[in-house]
Amino acid sequence: MRASGKRTLLLAAFAFAAAPAAAQTSQFEQYQKMVGEDSPAELFVLVGADLWRKKQGPKNASLERCDLGKGPGVVKGAYAALPRYFADANQVMDAESRILYCMETLQGRSRKEALKRPFGNADKPSEMEYLDAFVASQSDGFKMTPGMSHPQEKRAYELGKALFFARTGLYDFSCASCHGEPGKRIRMSDLPVLSEPGPARAAMSTWPAYRVSNSQMKTMQWRVNNCYRQMRTPQPVWGSEVVNSMIMYLTVNAKGAVYAGPGTKR
Amino acid sequence: MKTKLMLAAGLAALVLAPMVGAEPSYEEVQMIIHRDFKAKGQAKMDRLDQDVVQQVCTRAHDKPPADVAKAIEADQLAAIPVPSGSLMGDWKKGAKTAWSGKGMQWNEDPKKGAGGGCYNCHEISAQRTSFGTIGPSLKAFGKKRGHGADAQRYVYTKIYNAKAYNLCSNMPRFGTTGTLTEQQIKDLVAYLLDPNSPNNK
Ligand code: HEC
Ligand code: HEC
Repeated sequence: MRASGKRTLLLAAFAFAAAPAAAQTSQFEQYQKMVGEDSPAELFVLVGADLWRKKQGPKNASLERCDLGKGPGVVKGAYAALPRYFADANQVMDAESRILYCMETLQGRSRKEALKRPFGNADKPSEMEYLDAFVASQSDGFKMTPGMSHPQEKRAYELGKALFFARTGLYDFSCASCHGEPGKRIRMSDLPVLSEPGPARAAMSTWPAYRVSNSQMKTMQWRVNNCYRQMRTPQPVWGSEVVNSMIMYLTVNAKGAVYAGPGTKR
Repeated sequence: MKTKLMLAAGLAALVLAPMVGAEPSYEEVQMIIHRDFKAKGQAKMDRLDQDVVQQVCTRAHDKPPADVAKAIEADQLAAIPVPSGSLMGDWKKGAKTAWSGKGMQWNEDPKKGAGGGCYNCHEISAQRTSFGTIGPSLKAFGKKRGHGADAQRYVYTKIYNAKAYNLCSNMPRFGTTGTLTEQQIKDLVAYLLDPNSPNNK
């Protein structure tokens, strides 16, 4: 992306982030045109950066003081060090759960309001998708070092592992049914063996990702949610111990990878 | 009823005191699953209750002892209501069912019915190329296995309940779960076996 173009984009991004929801669709399209051939992921990062700085909620505060694990206000490298245990919340959190935590604590927003639309669609992306993309982008080039020492971190890993192999849902699937053997496909999609470091690294170092098939930025919470949908289970609760532990398990399998997201996927 | 009560008591304990031991027990995992999912659309909570097949395969990491597997497979086979008469339906309709992956998800309308999504895992019919490879190729299945009563019965029961032959198979139980109707399964039998089906051309 050319530098001057980037400045124009940033200005546009600011206008976009500040616009009322109803006006966002057409602005999004306009914006997409401006970005042209550049990766649509970049667009989400730019809008996310503005949303990060935007004052919102009952406390009229931005997320700039959010502690993503490296201290208040430090975003650089934070995504690559998640999930981890947070003493203030007394739980293991992934990036999205921590962003939500900051919306609640810094901005004074209710969990219900902030979580109204955790998954957006192509016409109307969700706030979380922008924010997650922005936070992730600040870890580009960092080694992935999820928390592995606190007892709750160890427990999250073990629970995630047990869940990965647990048969459930109407179709008797476990995650391993589709991600357990090398060289398999569903339809034309290659299925990574997510219990193995190699394929786990390739997969996990590039989420969140702009999915061309959805024309949309998708997050890790969405990915786990969507695989459970294919498994014909009820819906896992967003940010629950089940989902966060699964993300912990997958990320620990990928540890040591150089983070390179947000990515672009099929 | 009794298990429900125990589950409720266990859930209460979990909420009060998050465990810190590293490896959760089988029972803990099941309780956490029931706590952290919510019914949505047609996907009700009972889909999380493990039956004997899911339970044994989960506990044994998909490698149950041979004698245990044999005994449960036999029970699964005996429970399949095999219709009398020919099991050969209409291969044209079977093709539709085989190549549709729709149905049974929380965002789908149950009134619209379901497909088998067989193509997600199997190569079927030489003319189609967008297929998965989790299961073996079923191309020319009728040519290889014949299309007589025994072959029909095998394919019907395999689709109805794949676990009757291979306890920890990765293939869903399309009849047992109520995903496909008797007629849909007969149509699939025809799609795989009928000499006139494109699968055998
Ligand atoms: C019925 C098959 C199936 C099951 C079961 C399944 N998945 Fe998936 N999974 C897929 C498909 C299909 C994709 C998408 C591949 C693509 O986008 O090309 C995928 C993609 C993923 C990815 C992204 C991989 C990448 O390369 O970026 C992750 C992570 C994932 N699944 C995790 C899980 C977890 C965790 C579970 C269990 C809760 C699970 N999956 C169960 C079929 C499945
Ligand atoms: C998620 C994966 C999956 C889906 C979906 C699936 N299968 Fe299978 N199928 C398998 C696997 C794995 C095997 C081999 C292991 C076994 O025998 O269970 C198999 C085996 C079979 C066999 C036995 C093959 C033999 O050589 O004896 C038949 C017949 C079959 N499938 C038909 C179907 C039909 C028809 C559908 C759709 C209604 C279907 N399958 C959907 C995974 C799948």
